[in-house]
Amino acid sequence: MNQLLSPGWAWYVAILTVVSLLGCLWVLRANSIKKDPGADAKLHGHNEWDGLREYDNPLPRWWSNLFYLTVFFSFGYLLLYPGLVVFPGLLNWTTESLYKDEVKQAKAEFDPIFDAYAKQDVKTVAADKGAVQIGARLFQTYCVQCHGTDMRGSKGFPNLVDGDWLYAGTPEGIEETILNGRNGVMPPFGEALKADQIQDVAQYVLSLSGRAGSADAAKRGEATFKETCAACHGADGRGNQALGAPNLTDNIWLYGGSLATIVETITKGRQGQMPAHKDLIGPARVHVLAAYVYAQAQEHGGPSAKP
Amino acid sequence: MAFSHDTIERRTGLLIALVILVVSIGGLVEIVPLFFQKNLIEPVAGLKPYEPLRLVGRDVYIREGCNNCHSQMIRPFRAETERYGPYSVAGEFVYDRPFLWGSKRTGPDLARVGGRYSDDWHRLHLANPRDVVPESNMPPYAFLDRPIGGPDVAARMRALKLVGHPYSDEEINGASATLEGKTEMDALIAYLQGLGAQIKASGG
Repeated sequence: MNQLLSPGWAWYVAILTVVSLLGCLWVLRANSIKKDPGADAKLHGHNEWDGLREYDNPLPRWWSNLFYLTVFFSFGYLLLYPGLVVFPGLLNWTTESLYKDEVKQAKAEFDPIFDAYAKQDVKTVAADKGAVQIGARLFQTYCVQCHGTDMRGSKGFPNLVDGDWLYAGTPEGIEETILNGRNGVMPPFGEALKADQIQDVAQYVLSLSGRAGSADAAKRGEATFKETCAACHGADGRGNQALGAPNLTDNIWLYGGSLATIVETITKGRQGQMPAHKDLIGPARVHVLAAYVYAQAQEHGGPSAKP
Repeated sequence: MAFSHDTIERRTGLLIALVILVVSIGGLVEIVPLFFQKNLIEPVAGLKPYEPLRLVGRDVYIREGCNNCHSQMIRPFRAETERYGPYSVAGEFVYDRPFLWGSKRTGPDLARVGGRYSDDWHRLHLANPRDVVPESNMPPYAFLDRPIGGPDVAARMRALKLVGHPYSDEEINGASATLEGKTEMDALIAYLQGLGAQIKASGG
């Protein structure tokens, strides 16, 4: 706690504190002197105001005793707490230690629970009712901002319960995604391809998920697709989970599946980013969280890992 | 003891001097040593003064009053470090003039929001918070999607250099060029993405 640049400052605080406390005592004492009994109270030399005169009496006892009490309280405080800086106090109290104790207590209570789950694989944890409840709380705290309270995401943020996975939807794949994050990059093709080429490819992409468009344009786009897009999305357009390249044949869209949006995606590219959560919440919690996501996906989304 | 308040009350000059002495002791003991305490005046490892874009973003943040609803200080309680990350320390705010700690949290604390969400998320969220968080009551800031205006950022950096922010002359001279083509939204997001990034690992 004491990170003063020179030890002199600590003594400066200690001495000023003690001296001013003793000063208080002295002032109190000096003003509490009893007058000779029987003698008339002395009058102050102040002018008389409307017949009111001020006597030089000692301070009222109840008042000065309260003041004494506060001074003695201060000495007690300085004995127990680190107010003097040069002396850490008998209780060794700091705000930092207060926080550390709080964390230690919580660790003692919660770590065994998470440690037990950490020893099991994600699938086993996902079958544990308690773990899923914990995972739900963790999800509500750390994940809903992007993936939504219903886990269905929104434009640009993946739906976790539709059975479709950009990256591996296996228990290990989900854990890896949460731990280290993902950077999904669709490069922009606005310069590499001509505008009508992009229109054609977009028509072909529409046809991949079985939607009606211009058959002629789709046919022209197919060649460009095989040349330019197949490297990531595969010759059949089924994507590649190793790269996070989406499957284009399932009519599930991260950024929207209208012709205009597909053209925009091809022209400008997309930058999808899932932030890493390893440092923020630690691997033990990520493990439980992954189990929760896996369990929910299983429950609502059908088969998790698509070929 | 010859001491009497009568002596003091009759000499106004002495009375004033003693009053000043008594009143100043609290400040002398509790405030002055803070100017000589290492963890309060030295930046934490890795902390650099705001680069131009983030500096502009910070000004947008202040202008739009974000600090009225968002604090920027995580207190050393487990409940806070669990949600937001490690608690804030003084050395993180050495280049904040003024600091934006705040005490009112209508929205969440932002001291460690940097890296928590993607740039895209911030863009959508600022344009219309309810697009990503349906329960949010934050106003939309879509209008920030406009070129950076206002006074020259180099002038602001020069002023900060006067009070000890270590900007080099090249940084100041090249500052305006780095803002070319950027919007206020870009600046604000750059500012947010840098918040609290020096201390990462969770304390909990």
